[in-house]
This record gives sequence, structure tokens and C-alpha cells, in this order.
Amino acid sequence: MTQQENNSMQSSLQVQDLSLFYGDKQALANINLTIATQRVTAFIGPSGCGKSTLLRCFNRMNDLIDDVSITGTITFGEIDIHDQRVDVADLRRRIGMVFQRPNPFPKSIYENVAYGLRIQGESSKSLLDERIEWALRSAALWDEVKDRLKDSALGLSGGQQQRLVIARAVAIKPSVLLLDEPASALDPISTLKIEELIHQLKDEYTIVIVTHNMQQAARVSDYTAFLYLGELVEFADTDSIFRNPKEKQTEDYITGRYG
Amino acid sequence: MNAAAVGISITAVVGVLALIAYQGFSHFWPSDVQLIKFEDTQGQTHEVYAELVELDHLSVQQFLESSGNAKWVEPDTQVLARWLLKTGNRRISPPDFRWMYQNQISSMAPQANLLAIERVEWGNAYGLPVGVTVNGVDATLTEPAQLGALLIQRVSRAAVIRTDIDALESGPINHISYRLERLRLQERALQLSGDNNLQRSNEIKEEVADLHEQYTQRKIELSNLYKLLDQDQLTLSTASGELFELKVADILHAWQPNDMSTWQKSAHYIGAIGRFLTKPPREANTEGGIFPAIFGTVLMVLLMSLFVTPFGVIAAVYLREYARQGPFVRFIRIAVNNLAGVPSIVYGVFGLGFFVYFLGGNIDRLFFPESLPAPTFGTPGLMWASLTLALLTVPVVIVSTEEGLTRIPRSLREGSLALGATKAETLFKVILPMASPSILTGVILAVARAAGEVAPLMLVGVVKLAPTLPIDANFPYLHLDRKFMHLGFHIYDVGFQSPNVEAARPLVYATALLLIIIIVVLNLTAITLRGRLERRYRGVES
Repeated sequence: MTQQENNSMQSSLQVQDLSLFYGDKQALANINLTIATQRVTAFIGPSGCGKSTLLRCFNRMNDLIDDVSITGTITFGEIDIHDQRVDVADLRRRIGMVFQRPNPFPKSIYENVAYGLRIQGESSKSLLDERIEWALRSAALWDEVKDRLKDSALGLSGGQQQRLVIARAVAIKPSVLLLDEPASALDPISTLKIEELIHQLKDEYTIVIVTHNMQQAARVSDYTAFLYLGELVEFADTDSIFRNPKEKQTEDYITGRYG
Repeated sequence: MNAAAVGISITAVVGVLALIAYQGFSHFWPSDVQLIKFEDTQGQTHEVYAELVELDHLSVQQFLESSGNAKWVEPDTQVLARWLLKTGNRRISPPDFRWMYQNQISSMAPQANLLAIERVEWGNAYGLPVGVTVNGVDATLTEPAQLGALLIQRVSRAAVIRTDIDALESGPINHISYRLERLRLQERALQLSGDNNLQRSNEIKEEVADLHEQYTQRKIELSNLYKLLDQDQLTLSTASGELFELKVADILHAWQPNDMSTWQKSAHYIGAIGRFLTKPPREANTEGGIFPAIFGTVLMVLLMSLFVTPFGVIAAVYLREYARQGPFVRFIRIAVNNLAGVPSIVYGVFGLGFFVYFLGGNIDRLFFPESLPAPTFGTPGLMWASLTLALLTVPVVIVSTEEGLTRIPRSLREGSLALGATKAETLFKVILPMASPSILTGVILAVARAAGEVAPLMLVGVVKLAPTLPIDANFPYLHLDRKFMHLGFHIYDVGFQSPNVEAARPLVYATALLLIIIIVVLNLTAITLRGRLERRYRGVES
């Protein structure tokens, strides 16, 4: 656990002058913000404002897309994540990600959660069993699936699949969890479960969540960033953003005048 | 409209298969041997023993135009029936098949105790047994029924001895000659290396002497067996009363079809089909079985799959996952698709030029200099044939693998990468397993095409008659340099290159049916496998 503590002490993400281009098109412009350790930070904004793009910068998922160019820096702990010496796979192990649509692998529930651990070369059966139970409990899924760990993950419901994917991300003990609209494809009850889960997880993880649902942002987050057309309009603690926005654009958005 | 089209297609397929099956498999049924009395053009009556093969009809006009004898035409008829008879006894009264007009035949009836005999050489013999010599002593029996029974018993004894001879020849004796040949090559290699290793050369000499000793012993065993085999004789009488003698050693099977029950005939039928499937061919492929061809076809197709699958998959993965999509990759794709349209004989020519002469020639120069000028790999053989067919079918595998790769959702790749997997780990643990049904589809198509291909094989390794199978008990067990037999080529050879058309025809049908069955079985295996994989990944591709 010391490593865990060690990570959480220094794992804040710092974004400086970040701009991102898809070819000639600018998607993010001069973003500056700091993600606080063991807090929940929410990115809100209308569709196409760049909130998912910003999120995907943190674990360098944008590398997968051709024609992307990035300027500015993102610091994770002490390191610049765009440094050539950074092992991207290792970075992604420390910054986990959950996507908008549940994407379990076509394997058993057990193998899904074990995937990240097996990648790291973990093969001890007892350790895997222990870690998988722990991860599934963390994702509040253990009681529902403990009797059918060997069944295909594709047989789970959408909400269960999304919690499985969270368990999969948690299993390798990252210090940051990136959630990209984790509840947008789910029904209200599943959404509620995911939100409860975020509450529990923030004790141990730094969480960044992208959402288009403002009530959700208000419920789960400590800090909120409002993005509009690739620019960071306002970034403050959630209470002040929702109660007392400084910018007119923010107020218009959260009162539902556009978006 | 649609239903009709489907109906016609199914009827056509079933019809073709039924025709082939009927033509091929009726050949093995032990039909009765008839005593046929007939009149020749001079009006003289003759008798002959024969099996009825088929009844055919000929128009009278056609018959008369080709200067047929008008006395066999009944008035007021337009068609003339004629029988194809298998009369056997090729040696004493050729030919062994002849056509006879229905009206020429005055009577035909099966006669009891007639023997039908399958010989090692000269095809079948038919006749009435009149004497049997056992161990050089006349059995002094006169009843044809008793003679027949005795003969059949002696023939099965001969079959046992023949099995022993085969085992000896293909086992120890073959092994000794193989080792002698190896030693000869080793000695030659020693000479070529210029290194005067007297010790090694003496060792080789000793070993050769030892092997020669063993060989002499085995030869004695063998000649004893041959002597045992050579002691029995049979005297047969033809329908015209001519007598001729046969060594029992030359008889493979003897049966008395006219005295067999349907049950016995069925047993004989199944045995005959079994021998067809498990024995090598004889008599310029017109007799015996087709086992080496079945073996060669299946082995070649398996090797081809072994070569084509990794090659095609790696190419597709590179094109789809690693290469930067642009004009170059587009050009490669066009080239791959065009490769699928090149006529297969062109691949044969390429295989001969590149694989056999260039690659094989260089392999021989580098690794087998001791056996030159006799080529080892520089001659058509199993490996080059498999590689040529792999080249021929690789576009299919590439295209269907690429298809499979594109259908895997991006979210799954991202899911794996986001867990800290590298691109290669993602490929092996998530993408390739999920693309496996598509890969198998490609392999199925490749197998279906390769198993039926004949033209390129004629240039790169298939022969009319291969003396040995490509797999045997001698190290290294799988001999990729050997030539082999193939069902498709066998059909061509038996059907069109055979000296005895009538004898070969049923074998053409039987072989064709077998080729179809093998392709279907290979395909069904792959399809079952694919179905199983698809069930595992069902519901992912959204």
C-alpha cells in the first residue's frame, strides 16, 4: 500500500498551454488547469467542445489517431507525459480509462478483470483471485457475478458491463481514473449505481469525469471545468460554478440556455 | 422465382453427385458371370464368359451407315440394343471388353461354380476351375465346387504370405537401402570436404559392410517367402473349353459370384471399396486402389494451409494495423486482389522457375552437394507444390483476414490499450482471437481452391505414380522433397492417359467422388471450427 500512497501524494495532473489540432482544425486552445489529487473533477460543455479530447490527452489515447499534433505540456507527478522517455503503456497503467460505451472483451468475466494483470505478467492464481474479488467489490459488482465468473462478460447487462469495465480498470490499481461519459449509455438505476461508485472510489483515486449531464457533474464532482469550442471558459470548485458562475457563457449553459 | 432457382441448383448438385456415385461405385459390385452364346458375322456360334457392364442403344441408321451387319437388325425397329461385356482373360483372348448386339446373343445365363479372379497383372480372369495344384501336388479333385473352395482357401493363404513380403520389403529392407544411401552420401560428403578423416571413413565402411550383411539375410528370408508363395497352381477352362494355367501367387482375389448370396456379395463389395481406398494402384493406374493419391492430396492441402495461414495473416495485419494507409498500401491491395485472378497454370510456371529451379537449385548447392548431380530439392516435390498453392491462395486469406480486422470495434482496441497493453499485446490477446473466424473463412476458401487445383501441380511435384509415400518410418519421416500423387491429377491420368479406357472409366468416377468427399470433409472441419469460434464472440461486433 505504500506505493499506492506514494502515488496519490504526487499524482496530480497539471495542464499548461495545451493546444491540440486535428490536421488544420484546432480542437483545444491554450488549456491551463490542475487536477487535484483524490478529488473528482468534472468536464462539462456542449457536444464538440473538446472535453473528451482533453480527457484523452491525459493517457495519450490521441496518439492512436493520425494527424494529431499537440503543443503545451501535461505533467503527471514529476514527469512530462509527452517526454520521449515515457513508456506509454506504463503511463496508461497508472492512468486508467473507462469509455462511454461499455467495452468488455469477449472473454469470461474473470478474464476481463484479469486482463490488465496478465499483461503485467501476473500469473499466480491465488493473487489473481484475490485481486479480482477486490476489484469487483470495488466496482460494486461482486455480489452479482461471484457465481458466474467463468461466464462470458457479454451476457451481463449494460450497467453491469460498465461496472465490470470499471473493475477492470481498477484491478491494476491506477492512481488516476478517467471516466468518459461513463453513464451516458445507461438507464437511470445503473447511472445511480455508477455515481455511488464514483463517490466510493474517490477516496483512493483521482477521478476525472466527462459528462454532458450537469446534474451529474453537480452531484459527483468537487471541481468542475466548463469548456466551450475548445477553450476552457471557467474552472472552479463545483459549488461556485453552479451557484455563482463568473462567466456569462457558463451561466447560460448551466441554466439551459444552449447546449 | 427464387425458390425455383434454389430447387434447380440443389437438384443439379444432387444429380451430379448421384451420377458420379452410381457410376463409380457400381464397379465394385461382384456381378454374376454369364455364359454367353453368340453368333459371329459368319454365322458361327461361340461361347464366352463375361460380366455385363452396361446396356446401350444405337440408332439403326447409324449402325447401318457404319457398315453394320443388317442381319442383326430386326425389321420395324429404330434402335438396336448392345451390351458392353467384360470378358477378362486379356492374355489369351484379347480384348477384355467388347460390345455385342442384343440380337447377336442367343442365350445368356449365369453358370454355377464359375470363378472370377483378380490378378496381379493382366486384369481379371473368368473360367471354370478344372484342377488345383497344392504345394506342387495335384489335389485330385474334380468337382468344380470343391476346386473353387480349395482355390479360395489357397488364395487367402497367399494373401497372408504377400502381406509378410510387403512388410519385409517396405520395413527392414527399405530401411536398409535408405541407410545405405545415406552412408553413400556421407562418404561422398567426406570426399568433397577434402578432409582426410580416415577414422570416419572406416566407420562408414564398417557400417556399410554390416548393412550389406543384414541385407543378404533379409534377402534370404524374402526368397524363402517367395518360394512358399510360388507352389500353388490353378487350371482354368474358358467357355470355349480352352485350358490355361495360373499361378496362385499371381491371384489377388478369387470369388464365385454366381454362387454368392446377396449378403456375401455385400461383404465382397465393402471389401472391394476398402481395397480401393487403402491400396496403391497397379497396371498403369487402371487397377488397384488410390491410397497414395488420397494421402498426397490431404497432406499437400494441410501443408499448404500451414504455409498460407501465417503468411496471409501477417500480411493482412501489416496492411491493416501497421502500415500507414495511403497510395502505397492501396497499390499493394490492388496487387493482392489481382493476384487472385492470375490463371493457376501461371503459378505453376512461376513455382517451377522460382521455387524448384532457383530456390531448390540453390538449396541443393548449399546443403546437399554430396548428392549432386541428382537433385534433392531442385526437382518438383511436395514442399514446392504446397508453397506454390500457398502462393495461389494467399490473396483469399489476406482479403478475408483484413475483412475480419476491420470489423473489430475500435472501442475494444482502445479498451485494451487503456489497460496498459502494448499494440502487440492487444493484437495477440484481443484482435487476433476475435478475427479468428474470418481467418478461418479465408483458410476454408483457400483449402477449397487448393484441393481441386491440378494444373500448377503438374509442374511442381505431382506425378502419375509415386513409388513411396511422403511420410515413412525413415528419418526425417516427412520427406518434403518427394514427389507425390494427387486425386485431381489421378483422375486426369486414369481418364485420359490410360491404355485401357473401359477398365479405367469407373475408377475415374470413383476417384472424382472421393475428391469431392475429401474437399467437403476438409471444408466441414474448418466450418465447424469457425462456427465454434463465432459462437464464442457472438454479440461483440456491433
